[in-house]
Amino acid sequence: MSLQETIAVAPIAETLHRARAGRSYWARVRERLLADPVTMTFATLLLIIVAMALAAPLIATYDPTSGSAFARLKSPGYAGHWLGTDEVGRDLWSRILYGGRLTLLCGVAPVAFALLVGGSLGLVAGYRGGLVNSFIMRSMDVLYAFPSILLAIAICGMLGSGVGNTILALTVTFIPPIVRISETITTQVRSFEFVEAARASGAPSASIIRFHILNNVLGPILVYATSLISISIILAAGLSFLGLGVTPPNAEWGLMLNNLRQAIWVNPLVAALPGVMIFMTSMCFNLMSDGLRSAMDVRL
Amino acid sequence: MSADTLLEVRNLKRYFPIRGGLLQRQVATVQAVDDISFDVRRGETLGIVGESGCGKSTTARLLIRLLEPDDGTVAFDGRAVATSDGIPVRELRRHVQMVFQDSYSSLNPRCSVEDTIAYGPSVHGLAWEAAKARVREILAKVGLDPALFAARYPHELSGGQRQRVNIARALALEPKLLVLDEPVSALDKSVEAQVLNLLVDLKRDLALTYVFISHDLNVVQYMSDRVLVMYLGKVVEYGPVESIYANPRHPYTRALLGAMPSMDPDRRGEHATLTGDPPNPINPPPGCRFHTRCPYAEPCCAAAEPRLAADASVSAHYTACHMLVPGSGHSAAPRIAA
Repeated sequence: MSLQETIAVAPIAETLHRARAGRSYWARVRERLLADPVTMTFATLLLIIVAMALAAPLIATYDPTSGSAFARLKSPGYAGHWLGTDEVGRDLWSRILYGGRLTLLCGVAPVAFALLVGGSLGLVAGYRGGLVNSFIMRSMDVLYAFPSILLAIAICGMLGSGVGNTILALTVTFIPPIVRISETITTQVRSFEFVEAARASGAPSASIIRFHILNNVLGPILVYATSLISISIILAAGLSFLGLGVTPPNAEWGLMLNNLRQAIWVNPLVAALPGVMIFMTSMCFNLMSDGLRSAMDVRL
Repeated sequence: MSADTLLEVRNLKRYFPIRGGLLQRQVATVQAVDDISFDVRRGETLGIVGESGCGKSTTARLLIRLLEPDDGTVAFDGRAVATSDGIPVRELRRHVQMVFQDSYSSLNPRCSVEDTIAYGPSVHGLAWEAAKARVREILAKVGLDPALFAARYPHELSGGQRQRVNIARALALEPKLLVLDEPVSALDKSVEAQVLNLLVDLKRDLALTYVFISHDLNVVQYMSDRVLVMYLGKVVEYGPVESIYANPRHPYTRALLGAMPSMDPDRRGEHATLTGDPPNPINPPPGCRFHTRCPYAEPCCAAAEPRLAADASVSAHYTACHMLVPGSGHSAAPRIAA
């Protein structure tokens, strides 16, 4: 190919190719996410944390629930325990790994369930409007009347401690805000003429919601849900801290923080470790949510 | 009902309640469309004109049942819509389609052109592959190269291209009647002309019937066979386009036509033909709704509402004005022959 051909033909071919391809919204969002160094860095860090938690049985060096009374509160670098040991001599590295599993589960599962339930309720409320909307939204207002941590404590206090109850309590806590966001956006999307056009083509409501509403609502509530994960992790840690969440001897970062808090004068480095993990993980989720938000802010 | 009537509208009414106060009680009603009747003949273009807020778009949405009428009937092809022995709404929507005004908000930003157009036929049971084949056919008809445009998204299209996609979507169900709600008012003049010509060609090629809604009198004159003039939810004048443009009878129609910019300096208007805003449709004036702005208003105009009456000289030219009705009490009304 001569130089002239390259200049004249290549751009046109490129343009034609791009025009034929048609770049969807999600393709553009992915492109922008990949070009955002901060989000990519923290996403990678988060992936490492998740991978470590998942691989806990493979890379843990000790049983997370059994310790030695002779090696209590050792500093990082102690022979055999590179992150040190806790107040009953359990290996911290292993406990951090196993604790990550429960903490991540308590962070992601409630938000995922709340997204499913709350998102659908909000879609229905926003799409149907009228009495259905009033009923759903006023019910949510009742739940909203309690501060979120108080609601979670009340539910956990009623049902008793344990991972399942923690997840349930946090799910109930997160449903109202997700319903509200989903309802607001659905109401907004519904007023666009393309929804009227879909109705004018004779489509049933379920099909319109699936084909035309959902793909416009999902993005914003996904961003919001990502930002809730860090709150969920902190609330779950708080519940464990109060003795309402995960029960000992299971490892969970919030519970570990509670148990190690008395050691803050003896060995501050070890005592702070679970807190550092909570902080890092929630930071990762928050920054990812921010990155997603700005990547999805594509003007169409 | 004669055989060449495709759509028959009788006494159509739609009021919107306005709720307020603590208990959301109804405090007022907007009489958006108040007792209008007209026919659309097979193969014609019926233009509907009027100021903004006069009920044009509400009428369009009532025709395709995006809104339920409070009263009155619509019959398509001799079958009353949404009655037990008539035509079901879902079937009506296969025969009557609508093109929306705002080409931005009428296309889903997350759907490609292909998905947008194929959605309608697929909802009516056409397999997705067959629907896609139809998309290509229709895109070519509206002047967009399927190879270039099928996979594109709305943000990759210009205003005129988006409106063509809108038209293609409406045509995908192979309708008989197209309701065009201000299809070109958001477009540049040059693009507007292209889209109008496309509409004219499509109507001829596909044997369509149009209800063409616009506030642009030039466009309506160019497109329509008959014209319906609306004011505050009422029909004030209705008849063949030549007759209405050459010989407007209602003072409102005259004022509207007088406000059209003229290319001829000798015909340039010296005075504002119509002043003030239209009255609030929440509390429309009693009697003739135009009497508050009418230069010929007399006490009888506020007392009684004029009915649409046929003109003696031009058949099928109807006007609702007391000045044309003998014995109405208006001083300009023709005298009753003794």
